[in-house]
Amino acid sequence: MDKSMYAIEVDNLTKIYGKGETAVTALRDANFKVRPGELVAILGPSGSGKTTLLTCIGLINEPTHGRVVIDGTAVADEGWQSGIDLKKMRREKLGFIFQAHNLIPFLTAQENVMVALEINGLTRAEAKKRAGELLDALNLGHRINNYPTALSGGESQRVAIARALANRPSVILADEPTAALDTENGKNVMDLLKKLAVENHSAIMVVTHDHRMVENFDRILQVSDGRIVVGA
Amino acid sequence: MNLAIRDIRYHRGRFILTSIGLGLLLGVVISMGGIYRGLIADALAILHANRADIWVVQQGTNGPFAESSRIPEETRHRIAAVPGVAAVSPVAFQTIQIERNNKPFRFFLIGYDPDSFGGPPSIIAGRNIRQKHYEMVAARSMKIALGEKIRLGQNEYSVVGISENIVSSSGDPAAYVTLADAQEIQFKKSNHAIRNERAKIGAGVARNRALSPQQAELLKQSIIATTESTHTVNAVMVRLATGADLQETQELIQRWNQLRAISDKEQTAILAKGMIEKARMQLGLFRIILLVISAVIISLIIYTSTLDKIRVIATLKLIGSQNRVIVGMILQQSLLMGILAYAIGYLTILLTYEKFPRRIVLEAFDLQSLFVIVMAICTLSSFVGIRKALKVEPAEALGG
Repeated sequence: MDKSMYAIEVDNLTKIYGKGETAVTALRDANFKVRPGELVAILGPSGSGKTTLLTCIGLINEPTHGRVVIDGTAVADEGWQSGIDLKKMRREKLGFIFQAHNLIPFLTAQENVMVALEINGLTRAEAKKRAGELLDALNLGHRINNYPTALSGGESQRVAIARALANRPSVILADEPTAALDTENGKNVMDLLKKLAVENHSAIMVVTHDHRMVENFDRILQVSDGRIVVGA
Repeated sequence: MNLAIRDIRYHRGRFILTSIGLGLLLGVVISMGGIYRGLIADALAILHANRADIWVVQQGTNGPFAESSRIPEETRHRIAAVPGVAAVSPVAFQTIQIERNNKPFRFFLIGYDPDSFGGPPSIIAGRNIRQKHYEMVAARSMKIALGEKIRLGQNEYSVVGISENIVSSSGDPAAYVTLADAQEIQFKKSNHAIRNERAKIGAGVARNRALSPQQAELLKQSIIATTESTHTVNAVMVRLATGADLQETQELIQRWNQLRAISDKEQTAILAKGMIEKARMQLGLFRIILLVISAVIISLIIYTSTLDKIRVIATLKLIGSQNRVIVGMILQQSLLMGILAYAIGYLTILLTYEKFPRRIVLEAFDLQSLFVIVMAICTLSSFVGIRKALKVEPAEALGG
């Protein structure tokens, strides 16, 4: 199968923290592929390796062994590929959504989205226009000038989603995006992610503990003791 | 998007309060520099006002400001006859402290010859001294009204004029009287002391049996005239004729062994380097300490502010922000804080410096230098925050 058919390809991904006797294998021989538009959950108990998997795909943690391909570009093959600009890859190919939404507190909702666009080289005017459109699309048009402290948890998470989508990434990685939300808001966020995965043709990987949300996903990767035991 | 400005805008209360605190500290640094310049200006004020080329003082002294100097008044006539001398003016200086309105009232009394130079440089109210006795011109800062009478020694002096602020090297405001009055105030003894001294001289002369009564009386009168004479001055100021050689004229005056001729340049050095050197070093040390304190405070503020933004920085890194964006945010905040604090400090001193007990002279060079130093401190101080920020891992943005 052609590589470009997958947004994410992971082959024999292993991550070991530390060296020698203190070495801890957080992730062992993970293998899976995610297609564009696919919504995948990474489920597992605490310490099972979910976040390590997310950070390796998110180009934050360097894999010890194995291969990672994002949108057709091999970023890691027994360590980072030489010549790969990880920051540029994160800016252009990846979008992140966090448990605590991580909005910048001193920026308004619109500016929080604009910052991701300006970092990626858009002019202020272009960034403002695109941020406005995104927030409008997420029903936050009336909140663009509000600071995060004035937004509800659900609204903040939608702004964070808008920021993650800003640069039209191929892959969106979400770390417990519904953990800080009540059931209704959590469901709304999941519905939104599902819709965006289809509309934007982005692969979305969501780390979650929340079993109530599993029905929303196309596929579930069950992680246990550093191994993907189900769904690979 | 300027993240530094956005952060400041959001936390403006904290930023302004911090800048005010830092600004007041910088205000003290500015005022210290101003006090130092003021010390120099005060020390040289009388020198500059008189525009003398040579100060003739008692030999072996650095008088009349740094040390006590006494020379006979008639020396002026001898000096006036020296080739190259255009004008001379004898002067007497004395620091006086009296009670006025039940408070200590201290000033510097200058006695000058109204027919020569050395008087008040400018009169801003009333007139200059016209009579030989009992008139005074007071400096504006003495806050004496025209017509007010001041008792000095055995006589009262009417204030007939107010001059621009002239101060002594120790910062006391100057008042002017005629040389004759100043000599009387400084050198005339009290009646009781005169009577005692005359009796002692009379008894001493009477013990000399070799003298006839007439000779003894003549000798007694001669000694009394010498001891009771007030015709002494602290210095004679000299202005040179056009084209006269300064050094040559100094040497000619110093042929009289009891005199020392100090050039204006030498007198400036004695006052500026000798009298205020320790004060200068003290103020300089205080300025350095305060600048170090400012640097430590700025570093702590920037470091604390960076710690507050660890998650923001991690998030920015995670979404692919370049280091320059993060470095720029911290550096710009530090510099903006420095600029605002400097402006607050400068404005505070600008609005209050005239109310300081000592003169504060704000010089553009000092202010510009301090601004450059503050900017350098802010830049260096921001490095601690930048170092911390650059060590932040993007992974710190993850988790609850």
